[in-house]
Amino acid sequence: MKEISYIEAISEALKEEMERDKDVFILGEDVGFYGGAFKVTEGFYERFGEWRVLDTPLSESGFTGAAIGSALMGMRPVVEMQFADFISCAFDQIVNVAAKNYYRWGGATPIVIRAPYGGNIHGGPYHSQCPEAWFFHCPGLKIVAPSMPYDAKGLLKAAIRDDNPVICLEHKYLYRRIKENIPEDDFIVPIGKADIKREGRDITIITYGAMVHTALEAAKLLEGKEIDIEVLDLRTLLPLDKEAIFSSVKKTNKAMILHEATKTGGIGAEISSLISEEVFDHLDGPIIRIAAPDTPVPYSPPMEEFFIPNASDVIKAAERLAAY
Amino acid sequence: MAEISKDVMMELYYWLKLTRTIEDRVTILYRQGKIQGGAWTSHGMEAISVGYSLALEKDDIICPYFRDMGAFLVRRITPKRIFSQYLGRKTGVTGGKDGNVHAGDINLGIIGFPSHLADNYPVATGVALAFKMRGEKRVVAACTGDGGTSRGDFHEALNFASVRKLPVVFFCNNNQYAYSTPLRFQMAIKDVSQRAIAYNIPSETVDGNDILAVYSAAKRTYQRAREGEGPSFIECKTMRMHGHSEHDAAKYVPKEILEEWKKKDPVINYEKYLIEKKVVTSEKLAEIDKKIKSEVEEAVEFSEKSPYPEGKDTLEGVYKI
Repeated sequence: MKEISYIEAISEALKEEMERDKDVFILGEDVGFYGGAFKVTEGFYERFGEWRVLDTPLSESGFTGAAIGSALMGMRPVVEMQFADFISCAFDQIVNVAAKNYYRWGGATPIVIRAPYGGNIHGGPYHSQCPEAWFFHCPGLKIVAPSMPYDAKGLLKAAIRDDNPVICLEHKYLYRRIKENIPEDDFIVPIGKADIKREGRDITIITYGAMVHTALEAAKLLEGKEIDIEVLDLRTLLPLDKEAIFSSVKKTNKAMILHEATKTGGIGAEISSLISEEVFDHLDGPIIRIAAPDTPVPYSPPMEEFFIPNASDVIKAAERLAAY
Repeated sequence: MAEISKDVMMELYYWLKLTRTIEDRVTILYRQGKIQGGAWTSHGMEAISVGYSLALEKDDIICPYFRDMGAFLVRRITPKRIFSQYLGRKTGVTGGKDGNVHAGDINLGIIGFPSHLADNYPVATGVALAFKMRGEKRVVAACTGDGGTSRGDFHEALNFASVRKLPVVFFCNNNQYAYSTPLRFQMAIKDVSQRAIAYNIPSETVDGNDILAVYSAAKRTYQRAREGEGPSFIECKTMRMHGHSEHDAAKYVPKEILEEWKKKDPVINYEKYLIEKKVVTSEKLAEIDKKIKSEVEEAVEFSEKSPYPEGKDTLEGVYKI
C-alpha cells in the first residue's frame, strides 16, 4: 500500500495503461510538452514521445473526432478536455458519433474522455461546470465520477480497457486535497458498480464526486444528533447501479440525493424517479434532492459558496427527513 | 494524367452504372411508397464516389457521406444489403437501425456516415493518425458536401491533418446546393478548394462529372499521402440532378441550370467516351447493363421478401459487451 493523491492516481493509471498497451495514447490541449493544465501528464512527453502524448490545436470537436477515428482503427485514445466546460465544443462528436457508432453500424469506439469538472475553485461560469446531465441522457455512453484516489485509478483503467466511449469526470477540487492508501498492484474498479462509503441505518445519501466528502462530513456531524447516515457513492453515473441504490433504500427507507450539478433535469431527478417506481413501498418519507440552484456557476466567493451544496444543507435536509 | 488501363476504365464503368441503376430503382421504390422516411441519392454525382473509392487500395479506409452510394458498392456492399437497408429490413447494412447509406462496415473499410455533415472529417484524421502512429502505409479518403465545408469540424480537421501531416485525402462533392441553399449563400469564394489554402493543404478543383479526372486526382493524392507528404483536398464540381431528397422537387434550382448540366451527365458521357476511344463496343456495354439490371432486380426482390427486424431488436447493441 502507498498513500497517493487523487490526481496522482489518475496520472498513474494513465502511465501504467500506456506501459501495458502500446495502443493507448493521449491527446488534447497542452498535454504534451507542458504536461497538461493540471499536470496530469507531466513527464509523459519525455517518456512516451510526441506521438503518444499529442498536443493538439485548440479544437475539442476536431480532436475528439480524431480520437474516434483512431479508436475505430484499434487504438485506445484518451482525450483530455482541459476543463470539462469545454467538452460542449465536442458535444456532437461525443453524442452523435462516438455514442452511436456501435449501435448504428457496429463500429466499436473505445475512447476515453477525461474531463476535470466541478467548482469550489473560484473558476467562474466557464471553469466550474458539472456537465454530467448533458451526457447522462445519451444511450451508448458511459460516465464515471470517482470521489477517491482508489476509485479514480481503478475506474480510469477500466475505462481505457472498455470497448465503449467513457467520460471520466475528475473532480478538480479533489485533485490535490484527497489522499488515500491504495494497493501497488494493478487493479480496476468495475464500471457500473456503486460503493457504500459509510454504512448507516437511518437515511441513504446517494451522491458522487466531491459531494461524497460533503455527505461524509455531514454524516459525522449528524452522529451527535443520533441520525445514522449511509453514504452511497455511485462512482459510475451511466449505467447507474440501480441494485445498489434500491438495496440501500430498502434498508434505510429514506433517500436523499446530493449533487453539485444544478437541480432541474439533473441526475438526482432520474434517481428519485427510479426509487419511486421501484421501491416506493419501502419509503418512509419523501425523496429529497440537494443540488445547486438553477444558475450558472458564479465566480465571487460568497456567491460560489451559496451555490455549492454544503454539509449544513445536508444536515438540515436530513433532520427534516428524519422526522418522518 | 497517368495512363488508366482499360480494365480499370471498365471497372469504373461497372460501378458507375450499377450506382445509377440502383438509385434509379431507389427513386421508384420511394415513389411507390415502399421506402419509409427519406431517400437521398447521388444522381448526377455518381462519378465522385466511384472514382475516389476505386483509386484506393484494399487496406485503405473511406469515410463517405450520404451521396456516396458508389463508394459502398466499390467496397463490396452488395445490392441486396443496400436495398434491404433502404427498406428497413433485417438484412440491411445496419439491420434496420438506420436507413439509406447512413451506414458503415468496418470489415469492408467503410466508416459509418453520421448525418451531421463533415463530422467524419475529424474522424478521418484519427484514422490517418492511427496509420501514421503505427507506421502503416495506408491512407483514408473522406468526403463531404459543399455545405459541410462551412462547419467547424471541416476546418478543425483540415488544420489538424496539415499540422500533423496525416495521410488523408479530403474530397468535397460540390453539387451547388446544400438542400435549397445555393453556393452564393454558403461561401464567398469561387472554389471550395480555396478553403484548403488557409491550412497549407495542396488543393485542386476537378470536374466531378469526369470519372477519369476524379480517379486520377485521387490516385495522385493518395500516392502523396502514402509517401508521407501529408493531406490533400480535392473539390469535385458537379450538380445535384434530383432534389435534396426524393420528396424535394427542388423548384429553387433554375431549369436552365439543370438543362445545362444534363449535357454533362457523368454516366452517359462516360459511355460515349468508352465507345469513342474504342475501349468497348456498344454491344458489350448493353450486355453489361443487362447484367446490372438483372442483378438489381434480383436484389430488390430479395429485399422485399426479407424480414423486418423485430421491435425488440431496438434494445440490442447499445453497448459493446
